[in-house]
Amino acid sequence: MFKVTAYERLTTNEYQLWIDAPRIAARAKPGQFVIIRMDETGERIPLTICETNPKDGLIRIIFQVIGKSTAELAEYKTGSELLDVVGPLGTPTAIKNYGTVLLVGGGVGIAALYPTVKGLKQAGNRVITVLGAKSKDILILRDECAKYSDELILMTDDGSIGRKGLVTEAMEDVFNREQIDQAWAVGPGIMMRFCTQVATKHDVPVYVSLNPIMIDGTGMCGCCRVTVDEHIKFACVDGPEFLGAGVDWDSFMQRMRQYRVQEKQAFEQYEQLRQVQ
Amino acid sequence: MVKRSYNQTPIKAQDPKVRARNFDEVVLGYDLDEGRLEASRCLQCKNHPCMLHCPVMIDIPGFIKKIEDGDMDGARKIIAKYSNLGAICGRVCPQEKQCEMACTLGRSKKFEPVAIGKLERLVSDWDLDNPEPVKAIPHDKGRVAVVGSGPSGLTVAGDLAVKGYEVVIYEALSTPGGVLTYGIPEFRLPKATVKKEVDRIRDLGVKIETDVVIGKTITMSELVEDFDACYVGVGAGAPHFMSIPGTNLMGVYSSSEYLTRINLMHSYKFPAYDTPIEPAKQVVVIGGGNVAMDSARSAMRLGAENVSVIYRRSLEELPARIEEYHHSVEEGIQYHWLTNPVAYLGDENGQLTGVKCIKMALGEPDESGRRRPEPIPGSEFIIPATTAIEAIGQGANRVMLDTYPDLQTNKWGYVDANEETCATSVPGVFAGGDIVTGAATVILAMGAGKIAAKEIDEYITNKTAKNTSHSA
Ligand SMILES: Cc1cc2nc3c(=O)[nH]c(=O)nc-3n(C[C@H](O)[C@H](O)[C@H](O)COP(=O)(O)OP(=O)(O)OC[C@H]3O[C@@H](n4cnc5c(N)ncnc54)[C@H](O)[C@@H]3O)c2cc1C
Ligand SMILES: Cc1cc2nc3c(=O)[nH]c(=O)nc-3n(C[C@H](O)[C@H](O)[C@H](O)COP(=O)(O)OP(=O)(O)OC[C@H]3O[C@@H](n4cnc5c(N)ncnc54)[C@H](O)[C@@H]3O)c2cc1C
Ligand code: SF4
Ligand code: SF4
Ligand code: FES
Repeated sequence: MFKVTAYERLTTNEYQLWIDAPRIAARAKPGQFVIIRMDETGERIPLTICETNPKDGLIRIIFQVIGKSTAELAEYKTGSELLDVVGPLGTPTAIKNYGTVLLVGGGVGIAALYPTVKGLKQAGNRVITVLGAKSKDILILRDECAKYSDELILMTDDGSIGRKGLVTEAMEDVFNREQIDQAWAVGPGIMMRFCTQVATKHDVPVYVSLNPIMIDGTGMCGCCRVTVDEHIKFACVDGPEFLGAGVDWDSFMQRMRQYRVQEKQAFEQYEQLRQVQ
Repeated sequence: MVKRSYNQTPIKAQDPKVRARNFDEVVLGYDLDEGRLEASRCLQCKNHPCMLHCPVMIDIPGFIKKIEDGDMDGARKIIAKYSNLGAICGRVCPQEKQCEMACTLGRSKKFEPVAIGKLERLVSDWDLDNPEPVKAIPHDKGRVAVVGSGPSGLTVAGDLAVKGYEVVIYEALSTPGGVLTYGIPEFRLPKATVKKEVDRIRDLGVKIETDVVIGKTITMSELVEDFDACYVGVGAGAPHFMSIPGTNLMGVYSSSEYLTRINLMHSYKFPAYDTPIEPAKQVVVIGGGNVAMDSARSAMRLGAENVSVIYRRSLEELPARIEEYHHSVEEGIQYHWLTNPVAYLGDENGQLTGVKCIKMALGEPDESGRRRPEPIPGSEFIIPATTAIEAIGQGANRVMLDTYPDLQTNKWGYVDANEETCATSVPGVFAGGDIVTGAATVILAMGAGKIAAKEIDEYITNKTAKNTSHSA
């Protein structure tokens, strides 16, 4: 059992948990994730490790409610216990001193980007960070990213904070302005795909963090397969980070929709049950 | 004495029409009277060829005699000397290629062999229902870490606990058992039986820590440092894909994923359990081993309209257990022999609609002596399918190996271990089961665990003796 030691609702739809998991806290590196199963009937949900506190043995996760399992996880308040938390899984981000790096995060992807921002800054890079969200009140981790960025650019759909527009516009500006040695983009599939296009146009290599549907997370089922440079890769062990230019985006985004009908059914049933209770 | 019957005592099984749509166990097992009747067919051969063909050399005539005498307690004591997992092996061992193949009775023309596996199952099920109190043993001879809780890891752990070692098993998944839990379906091996066997290993004092991925949560070097010896039994479940066009379409699965969703995650009970699986309509399974049979029969139980297996050789070469093949045919599964897939076809939404196949002809024998199948040009045809499951073999589980290069592997990626001692390139680290042999059988994985327990005991005893004499 893994205890939730702190619970916070960050925005209307995004939540943060600190979980007591000393072994994971001791070892996790930027870019790695855990798989959580809440109870005996639960599914395995992968979530990025946003931060660790090795001293107290804690890990921090931030998630967005999008379906049944995440809605249920949002009910796990301080003091409740999760049946399974396994990790740290995946290959860590290649943190080193590249020179100047550009990091782009969108939506809840910012939670997954934050440890990389911090890691790259600590490795001596000049860090330029672009964060994007629909509006100001759902833009997470702004101050924390600012702390580890030499420059922070905010983009919102409605212009409620920072500039109005898409993260790719900010990327264009930066690329036109100065030499970037390595870029990252973490967010919804469609955003990462466009970020890859922009970076590739400017000849900048860009890492993206792929989040396909997963089961075991240890390379034993092939559910998380993605095609990269025409080869089948397992995102849970070979990734989740890959160079965006090699990713077969069409099939990646297609496979994410595989269980849409069942997910909808599960969510509706859950909502109904909750109303009854 | 009554005349020996030519045939094995019939065993109760669920009706094929009924069982093809449920996940309950197919074969129901003997009761005590049926068991005694079957046991009375045994000739009690002095040279006991059956025993020599059991990978762990169970005293088969010995336990069969006890059944005949109605002494179940005596029978279980005999099996316990050789095997910790009788209820499992009795169900899933390829008996017809091992003990039963060698049975003297079966070798005479008219007779079927003694149903050794089913008798073993009878004794072990009785044993699980009538457990003996375990004696508390001090675990003071040393500490051993076991990586992986499949049959190999469970066996080595159980044996070492009995010898007086403190043993910790680390398992990456949430539930122990390895393939017994996530691979072999409920209808062949009930998870309640696996759980009872696992609990019995726990009762011996073995600690099982789930949700620990060695190489990620804890490193192998840390284990080597912390324990007197380690055993690596991480299995070979990593799926291979044929990588034909369309592999990323929705509806295309590896057998590992399909079976894991069903067995480990209980997706056949969706939405009571949260993990979904595609509704089975028209299902095509590719491959000819046990894994292919299990996938096909599971799809049928999920309610498929039709299920076909495509295999590139013919029935004679089918690697699956023949009993499972017969069961699958009874359940309505169709076969396309000498057929290979060349591409998956999909609609504009990325959903699988069919499997394009080609007919094969058997050519010259290859290195393995089997005739190599070769495609017949122009023989392509399409099988309509909404789900396709590739069961074409698995490779080594790499998570731990990739993070521990000290452990030498062979050219197939399996751990290089001495099969007689389970010793590896790292002193104090032993390995066995599928991670050494490649995908094999439960009983072979268990056999390796038996050998390793003996060798680890010797290794630690010698090490301790040396240390004591040095410090003296
Ligand atoms: C390596 C990795 C790291 C992740 N990190 C985070 C994170 O830090 N914060 C966060 O909010 N989310 C993260 N996710 C996504 C998160 O796992 C899913 O949102 C969650 O599993 C959805 O479960 P659900 O039952 O609530 O929704 P569902 O009803 O199951 O799904 C709704 C939609 O979400 C997508 N989805 C479903 N399952 C998954 C899955 N296992 N992975 C990805 N997408 C899925 C599909 O497009 C689906 O249609 C990560 C995913 C991966 C693979
Ligand atoms: C579908 C299917 C049907 C089969 N049917 C039969 C049959 O009828 N008869 C038969 O005899 N054999 C059958 N087999 C084969 C048999 O199951 C295997 O040979 C046997 O289970 C191998 O045992 P093992 O202990 O070596 O490994 P496994 O059973 O594979 O167990 C390995 C365990 O190690 C864990 N692990 C891996 N890496 C790590 C890590 N880094 N840290 C911690 N834990 C880790 C895994 O999660 C797993 O639980 C079948 C196999 C499959 C897949
Ligand atoms: S373990 Fe397998 S081979 Fe040995 S007696 Fe039992 S069924 Fe036969
Ligand atoms: S070979 Fe057959 S008949 Fe002979 S002892 Fe073994 S089981 Fe009995
Ligand atoms: S999630 Fe199973 S192989 Fe990646």
